[in-house]
Amino acid sequence: MKSKCWLLLLFLSGLVTFTNAQTPPPEMADVFRADGKIYVVIAVMALVFISLVILLLIIERRLKKLENKFNK
Amino acid sequence: MKHLYKILSVVLILYTIVWGLLNPVPRLDILNETIRNVYYHVPIWFAMLFQMGLSLFYSIKSLGTQALLNDAKAQTSAETGLFFAIPGILTGSIWARYTWGTFWTFQDPKLNGVAIGILIYLAYFILRSSITDEIKRTRIAAVYNIFAFVMLNVFIMILPRLTDSLHPGNGGNPAFGKYDLDSNMRLVFYPACVGWILFSYWIFEVKTRFIHLKKLNDEE
Repeated sequence: MKSKCWLLLLFLSGLVTFTNAQTPPPEMADVFRADGKIYVVIAVMALVFISLVILLLIIERRLKKLENKFNK
Repeated sequence: MKHLYKILSVVLILYTIVWGLLNPVPRLDILNETIRNVYYHVPIWFAMLFQMGLSLFYSIKSLGTQALLNDAKAQTSAETGLFFAIPGILTGSIWARYTWGTFWTFQDPKLNGVAIGILIYLAYFILRSSITDEIKRTRIAAVYNIFAFVMLNVFIMILPRLTDSLHPGNGGNPAFGKYDLDSNMRLVFYPACVGWILFSYWIFEVKTRFIHLKKLNDEE
């Protein structure tokens, strides 16, 4: 009887650890955000995009100059 | 006032860059943080679809009045659309590598569909360059473009919904339903779509002006 009780306990504890192991919370970049370094990534991305926009603006300005030349 | 949409597009995209990385997203297995790719990968495809729609619009117009001008615009918008398809495919490929486990899978009808769609539009440019007579080229290219847009939509919108697909919103259920996007994500996703569509229009406008100048230069 005693050994059966132990077996049951062992089984239950095994079940508990098994179900715990089955559902860990999905991993997210929490540490990355906690360190505050995500702002660096945002700054880099924003800078890349802004430089592209500036390129587009420069092209547009040159186009305007040419257009003015042709329209004269 | 003419430049308002450009400012709006830059502001909206900058907003999605900042808030897209900071706002909370649903915690899902496999996807993890890559769910944020929805803010950057998907709007690029919408910009591509918008440009192809614009190309269709100018193609139909070119069958009526001002054939040559509208034909040039149809060509430019198709070029811009194709330009957006390249980062669309590449970003999707990277995303697929880390969620589906492979850069490219032939199991997914949307990937195959978009590859066929790009080939259809490449054929459009080959068709254009093979006809020297301007009026003839305008008409044939316009009719082909109407066909191309229909086929593109069949391949990336209709067929993936009829079969199983790895993409969300395919295999029957509508895309971006309440299970795919929560309200926090909509807050970034919709502005991102508007921003990239406006940004693509900006590129289209610059290209159109360039082609117009080139034409003036050739006439002189």
